[in-house]
Amino acid sequence: MSGFSFLRPPRATLLQCAPAVPAGAVCGCGAVHAPPARIGRRAVLGALAAGTVLGSLPSPLRAAVPAGPLERADVTIGFVPISCAAPLIMAEAQGFFIQEGLRVQLQKTANWALVRDRLLDGHLNASHLLSPMPLALSLGLGGNAPHAVRVASMQNLNGQAITLALRHHDRRDPRQWKGMTFAIPFEFSMHNLLLRAYLARHGLDPDHDVTLRVTAPPDMVANLRAGNIDGFLGPEPFNQRAVIEEVGFIHILTAEIWDGHPCCAFGMTAAFMDASPNTAAALQRAMIRAADFMQQPDNRAQAARIMAQPRYLNQPELVIRQSLTGHYADGLGVVRDNPRRAAYSPYPYPSMAVWIMSQFERWGYLKGPVDYRDVAQQVFLIDTVRQQAQAMNLPQPADGGNNWPSFNIMGQHFDPDHPSFFNQG
Amino acid sequence: MISVESRRAFFLFLALFAGLLLVWQLSTASAPERSPYGIPQGNAEYQMLMGHAPGTTQTREGFPGPARFVASALQALHAPFHNNGPSDRGIGWQVGASLLRVAIGYGLAVVVAVPLGFLIGLRPVIRRAVDPFIQILRPISPLAWMPLALYTIRNAEGCGIFVIFICSLWPIVLNTAFGVGSVRREWLNVARTLEVGWARRVLFVLLPAAAPTIITGMRIGLGIAWLAIVAAEMLVGSSGIGYFVWNQWNNLSLSNVLLAVLLIGFTGMVLDGALAALQRSVTYAE
Repeated sequence: MSGFSFLRPPRATLLQCAPAVPAGAVCGCGAVHAPPARIGRRAVLGALAAGTVLGSLPSPLRAAVPAGPLERADVTIGFVPISCAAPLIMAEAQGFFIQEGLRVQLQKTANWALVRDRLLDGHLNASHLLSPMPLALSLGLGGNAPHAVRVASMQNLNGQAITLALRHHDRRDPRQWKGMTFAIPFEFSMHNLLLRAYLARHGLDPDHDVTLRVTAPPDMVANLRAGNIDGFLGPEPFNQRAVIEEVGFIHILTAEIWDGHPCCAFGMTAAFMDASPNTAAALQRAMIRAADFMQQPDNRAQAARIMAQPRYLNQPELVIRQSLTGHYADGLGVVRDNPRRAAYSPYPYPSMAVWIMSQFERWGYLKGPVDYRDVAQQVFLIDTVRQQAQAMNLPQPADGGNNWPSFNIMGQHFDPDHPSFFNQG
Repeated sequence: MISVESRRAFFLFLALFAGLLLVWQLSTASAPERSPYGIPQGNAEYQMLMGHAPGTTQTREGFPGPARFVASALQALHAPFHNNGPSDRGIGWQVGASLLRVAIGYGLAVVVAVPLGFLIGLRPVIRRAVDPFIQILRPISPLAWMPLALYTIRNAEGCGIFVIFICSLWPIVLNTAFGVGSVRREWLNVARTLEVGWARRVLFVLLPAAAPTIITGMRIGLGIAWLAIVAAEMLVGSSGIGYFVWNQWNNLSLSNVLLAVLLIGFTGMVLDGALAALQRSVTYAE
């Protein structure tokens, strides 16, 4: 099960690195460049552990928000047509980008591997990403060299679900799921990590007791109908779509697994942020405003109407509305209400990144020691989000300024200072 | 006067077409199967959310029957060239984008393959030397090239064009080589006796003599190119008819997928027809 068959080597020219960066040293692009001879995976990981790769980076958005004329007004941003992209779509539709003087072209992209490739090769200046992706790319997981990618804002929280085929309507206890096949959209996704944590919490080994299959969301619905899979942990609106197609039911919302979990992020390469710090800051402001817009319950119905258009999600409004408002049919004849089904907050807490990386390690994607806190701080740019939100007079989160909150996940405590305790529980 | 034969063929065609429509109609006429756990009667709110309330549009589509297909096809074809930004263009633009990619990739293939075919056809040594390469590269599926192309070219547009190039190249090379190799010796001997120069011999003797075979290769190549582009665009495209299929499948909109499938077939037929006409114009009787 590898989603990384099309990986690329590091591209020094695109990342605008100095031509003669010594091997193993830190470059402006945030990556350790391989010497002409091979640099071992061990060596990179060793450097990561020592904190040299990401730790000493001068990141323009880390300390202070730059203020100045835009280096470039024309920006191409990628998105995958799922409800998670709501802030990005609203930033365009509501004119938040235009208010910042940006001319944004949104590029609908077919799958996450392509999003990754196009972001790294510079066709996309910024993109909608699954929040584990910037961490995986920055750490060089999945066989590729490390590429420094930053989370400029979080797009959405919650907003996913586990959908099961209707024939399993009486098998609601995950302990009965041994031997089943589940679809996930991408290996480095919250969907994969949450499903694994959920299964493990109920005593199943996600690597041996079930089959996890990387599948594009529309194929999830079709495969559920055909009986090729037993369920999926997928993005909205496809869970609700499976309900309305009468092929599946919503077993549990991810908001009920971990209320407030990060899902999709808005990211850029560190190289782009270094080259265009003012443009990056303007994009970040527009995205913070858009997240605030989406978080207002009164705006959700309007957002559903806009997102239903062919150029955005190209899905029935009825389906999108249920996934955004949390007033929904569950597929088994019950109308349910959970206003937390989809939530929006731009703050990328580094402790979220610690959870993600600890899960990378738990499931064998990450080998060798990594300084979680250091990488988390480098990739999840919460400080600038706070500063920009404050400057725009947007409501501050009730976290007392703490960037390292702990989380309650399925009744279990996650402490970012002791991430391994969670995995044993 | 139309011959009896062709009149019969026409009626047989009509009968087949009507039969096809009938089977299609009958197999889609029954309502889509209901979920055994769905739609409790009396729960109006649930029915509304499932898209079954009176006055709401039916969200669940199922496989469209002929009537519904025609209605949605007319809607899609109503404004084939509408343009609401790169993510929402009419189907006409999408076909155009695919044709442009094919034109570039296929054009490059012809430019490379015809001279290469001449070389192979005229020099048996070269033929024997390159034959193993061609035989191994020829049967590779266009999509098998995709990962390698993405890795090395790093450009979605370039990948699509490369895939078309690489898979339409071989039939043209082989047919050109065969055509050039089987030009009648007498004609070449006559040219030699008349002391015709090298360039004139290629252009005025070999090329016209081998043209029908070359164009047969080009027809096969174009057919493969059109097959390949749709698949490639579904993987990496941000435009083109393959992207259109993906985008409609994303919405589980089978009517539009079906429309695209028919349009792909129709366009392929037109392309092939164009080359068939070209072939007729260069065919000669010995």
